[in-house]
Amino acid sequence: MNVAACSLEARELTLAHDRTPVVVDLDVRLPAGQVTAIVGPNGCGKSTLLAGLARLHSPQSGHVLLDGNDIVRLPARELARRLALLPQEARAPEGLTVAELIGFGRQPHQSWLRQWSAEDRRVVDEALAAADLHALADRPLESLSGGQRQRAWIAMIIAQQTSLLLLDEPTSALDLGHQLEVFELVRHLADEGRTLAMVLHDLPIACRYADHLVAMREGRVVAAGPPGEVVTRELVRELYGVDCVLMHDPQSGAPILTGLRRIR
Amino acid sequence: MIASAERRRLAGQGLTLAGLLLLACLASLLWGAGDVGAERALAVLAGHGDEEARFVVGTLRGSRTLVGLAVGMALGVAGALLQAVSRNPLAEPGLLGVSAGAAFAVAIALLLGTSAATLRVGVAQLGALLGCLCVLGVARFRGLGNDPVRLVLAGAAFTGLLSALTTLLLLFDQRAADEIRFWVVGSLSGRRLEDLLAVLPSLAVAAAITLVIARPLAALALGERLAAGLGHHPGRVRLLVILVVALLVGGATAIAGPIAFVGLVVPFAARALAGPDIRRSLWLCLLLGPLMVIIADVISRRLVAPSELPLGVLTALCGAPVLIAVVRRRRLPML
Repeated sequence: MNVAACSLEARELTLAHDRTPVVVDLDVRLPAGQVTAIVGPNGCGKSTLLAGLARLHSPQSGHVLLDGNDIVRLPARELARRLALLPQEARAPEGLTVAELIGFGRQPHQSWLRQWSAEDRRVVDEALAAADLHALADRPLESLSGGQRQRAWIAMIIAQQTSLLLLDEPTSALDLGHQLEVFELVRHLADEGRTLAMVLHDLPIACRYADHLVAMREGRVVAAGPPGEVVTRELVRELYGVDCVLMHDPQSGAPILTGLRRIR
Repeated sequence: MIASAERRRLAGQGLTLAGLLLLACLASLLWGAGDVGAERALAVLAGHGDEEARFVVGTLRGSRTLVGLAVGMALGVAGALLQAVSRNPLAEPGLLGVSAGAAFAVAIALLLGTSAATLRVGVAQLGALLGCLCVLGVARFRGLGNDPVRLVLAGAAFTGLLSALTTLLLLFDQRAADEIRFWVVGSLSGRRLEDLLAVLPSLAVAAAITLVIARPLAALALGERLAAGLGHHPGRVRLLVILVVALLVGGATAIAGPIAFVGLVVPFAARALAGPDIRRSLWLCLLLGPLMVIIADVISRRLVAPSELPLGVLTALCGAPVLIAVVRRRRLPML
């Protein structure tokens, strides 16, 4: 797939729910070609930030820049060809097959005059291959395992052929094996040159699979950088009110948290 | 996205349904009002036949059949659209008070002394629009994906209220009451071609809008945020759908009176045949809707001949079991 590197950043971004600011004056940049994990305690504004980056939430002030252009000025379809979002509550109607679902990812590239094309079919095929779902293409989604289903959803946004993918808690309802299944796919997509950002609530998992960590608390970024550099005992305490012992994964070097204890 | 085998299967279904619809239309021309039997009617269709038979078949039954086609298409498509936009398999214009809104508006218009056909169409469509907005507003549209029954309850309450108000209006004016009573049961009997011509423009507008919004509407089935992520404008699409439903249901109600359950049964059957993607099931609704209406209409003429059962009674007899079956399923199918 041809994916041009592209950059997404927020500048002094403030997002509000009914005038209550949820994301406050926030600056963040997604490093191109890397996997960024946005972590933080519940209610810290991480999902809202992701929605703001995808223009699903219009800023109260500040900007989101895609390759230097404010996304507010981009037409919706143009944006959808450059940035794809997998929201958390994604749910498909009963009976929809994997290939049909992935076909929806082609919509930003279709129009009244340009309906379903051979190119669309080729891209869907590629997305099936990327997510290793060829054998399941004609199966209805509800007959799949949780991990397979989530891969199908990700394949749908792969078919959007964007260089930027935003995932909101892609593994929240999955068991460990299925989580790894999804993260391996995410890794693979980044290795092909795409820029990914995902909201995660599991810090150790984020440390293991992300190149870049954005830690948020109360609508602000408290730390950003490679997990090995930014995750410290103090950060964990600040984010979650939890004391821990920090070790390093002998294989990957990623930080591991042990001896967790809640601080009163 | 659609494999060629799948495409062939859909084409096969479409052709079969079109054939059945043709047979239903033929039956509608052969049997019905007027003292003209099937043989004399066949003679007319073959190009000869006497004057009386030609009038009965061509003018009376012919226009009735055409009206049935239009009403069936409008109600079937409206049901499919309403179900898709509310992500609720029970959303049906008749149950949701859209038809009742249209009927109430027409009752008021009749009471006030209007009788021009075009005016009645506009009034019915306005009533349908208000009915739509009221029910969806009451039931708080957005959050309803998880609780389809609540929407139906709101609709039932609204329908009950409007029917009561319509009945109340009848008490004020006996002259209008007869005209309304004839119309309010829902029937194709005695409908003329002029009635159809009066609604045709708005049905055409509805069809055009439907073609434009079919793709985003299909994406809306995956969730609001996802559709937005695919470059659509969910709010805009939803408003357009409500407008189209009002045009269709208002138009159908203006000609035939409120006919319930067509908008429930038809999309249900279409989904069973074509799968969940509305871009495919809508085409089948175009065939299944008139099929159901015309068959029900033929039966309504034959069942208690020489008098007639109101069409609305028959569609309810067919539709209510389907509604109960859907609700009784352990888990409602998600749209």
